[in-house]
Amino acid sequence: MKILVALKQVPDTETKVKVAADGKSLDPADVKWITSTYDEYALEEALRLKESKGAEVTVVSLGGDSVKDVLRNALALGADAAVLLKSDASDPLAVATALAAYAKDKGFDLIFAGNKGMGGDNASVGPMLAELLGIAQANVVVKFEVTDAGFRAEREIEGGTEVVEGALPAVITAQKGLNEPRYASLKGIMAAKKKTIEEVEATAPAGATAVIALVLPAARPEGRKLDGDAAAQAAALLNALKDEAKVF
Amino acid sequence: MAGAYATFKHMTDYMGFEGLLSDEEKMVREAARDFVNAEVLPIIEKHAQDQTFPAHLIPMMGDLGFYGPSLPEEYGCAGLSSVAYGLLMYELERGDSGLRSFASVQGSLVMWPIYEYGSEAQKRHWLPLMAKGEKIGCFGLTEPDFGSNPGGMLTKAVKEPGGKWRINGTKMWITNGTVADVAVVWAQTEDGIRGFLVEKGTKGFSAPETHGKWSLRASVTSELILEDVIVDEEQSLLPNVKGLKGPLGCLTQARYGIAWGALGAADASYQCALDYALSRIQFDKPIASYQLQQEKLAWMVTELTKGQLLALQLGRMKDAKTYTPAQVSMAKMNNVNVSLEICRKARTILGANGILDEYPVMRHMANLESVYTYEGTHDMHTLIIGQEVTGIPAYR
Repeated sequence: MKILVALKQVPDTETKVKVAADGKSLDPADVKWITSTYDEYALEEALRLKESKGAEVTVVSLGGDSVKDVLRNALALGADAAVLLKSDASDPLAVATALAAYAKDKGFDLIFAGNKGMGGDNASVGPMLAELLGIAQANVVVKFEVTDAGFRAEREIEGGTEVVEGALPAVITAQKGLNEPRYASLKGIMAAKKKTIEEVEATAPAGATAVIALVLPAARPEGRKLDGDAAAQAAALLNALKDEAKVF
Repeated sequence: MAGAYATFKHMTDYMGFEGLLSDEEKMVREAARDFVNAEVLPIIEKHAQDQTFPAHLIPMMGDLGFYGPSLPEEYGCAGLSSVAYGLLMYELERGDSGLRSFASVQGSLVMWPIYEYGSEAQKRHWLPLMAKGEKIGCFGLTEPDFGSNPGGMLTKAVKEPGGKWRINGTKMWITNGTVADVAVVWAQTEDGIRGFLVEKGTKGFSAPETHGKWSLRASVTSELILEDVIVDEEQSLLPNVKGLKGPLGCLTQARYGIAWGALGAADASYQCALDYALSRIQFDKPIASYQLQQEKLAWMVTELTKGQLLALQLGRMKDAKTYTPAQVSMAKMNNVNVSLEICRKARTILGANGILDEYPVMRHMANLESVYTYEGTHDMHTLIIGQEVTGIPAYR
């Protein structure tokens, strides 16, 4: 079995986000970059299939040189090969198109990705990739198995679980709960040193959308102290809730 | 609460330290940090309070390759650089000194001498099992009456007919002693000091636990008692070293790791204190805005940074095989000393909250009181440096 896992490098969730001078991108100063958590579930599922059924796992990511950290980490966790698609595309359709152009004709039986990239939250690259390749897809998957006929996946849906079956090849997007990702072992890290990251110029079209502005939420207004005795404070609070917050 | 104050994602890096690391060194540190954040920090305060070692972590750390990671792959180890090993110790001790001590003893004081002084058969038997954490080791050098002066040890090994040795003596302050499957025991012989592997369950060998510690409470400390213990020469005697340089060689390895590890405890306490100072309001302002607290924080981050760079340079020299034991002494002495002081200052910034187990500070501080003394006391390392620069040994 051949498995492709698409990984996205995202700002660490602990980063205090600042908007760059252009008003539409992140200020990269002080940003630590990590693998999107949902992609970690995707990679873990691929590695478990490799261990249980035997598979060759290739990881792929789009971006510049910094993205190599994400790929190297995936190699340390147990991926067999890593590909960097060199591109500055960030629009979901452009990313999906570049991934599809790479994956096409390479005979992958399964393509795993996170159900969305942390931070951007578009949740669209996986489904677009499946459509562009003309293959099956199951998204927001919390349980997955390969069967004789293809695959069986459990999806998280509003208020319950949906079980779907489909044929391979397929795109599967992972949701929290699918598995518990492993830690990189020291031997894995040393073994990753010996593996190379293949670099390919990506064929990404111009984006279908463009980010025109990035705005941080307004700062929370300062709290206000109510004066007077308990009865006066209660009355002032009631008025504030009624007239200002319009709670009722 | 402990989690909120203790799981800071990134190490303190004031001077571009991380930029001096290779990719795999960074990855080793991050892997160890992820492990400590997820598996150690949520449980360690309770283990320290209850005086129990988190034994369930032993196989996990083995799977991740935390034991003897600088030894070669052919013995089941990872073949890391000394700097990567040091970073691992830093992150483990950011969890707890007891955990780092466990890994230090297993790797530097048991696996290292077996690798360096043992027969090929001893290496093939023990190293892969110990790398996985399936067998645990301890190191018996210190005795009740011989601490800084180990050369005077009373433990004796006498050759017996039939390729056997008889060992008698008592060792003290032995990390992992009670839980160890094998002890490296150093003993006087006709030929000078020799090392022996003594297995748990050998007749006449026992390892009662030392109770009542206010430090390293999440670590097992024991006595080793050897009464007419008979061991087989081929299996037990480490053939390739004679004299005090045998155990001292091991200590140099372990002290190197301690020079890194102590900084991990200091980093945890510094970050906790900084975070606390920024959020604790007194007189309508965060206490971080007062000069007295800023002076403490500035001192802490400065000493932490100097310690990091000292450890890193030592590690680079260790990998280049150009370092000396006296240089290791300086790093151990300085880094443990400043780390202990950083933890103490952190405790004062946290005020009364600093004594609670909701914060890691007091636990780290108490742990470092042991680290200050073990593996060569602060004072002995001072005298080793004094001897190095003057040529005069002042401790005799």
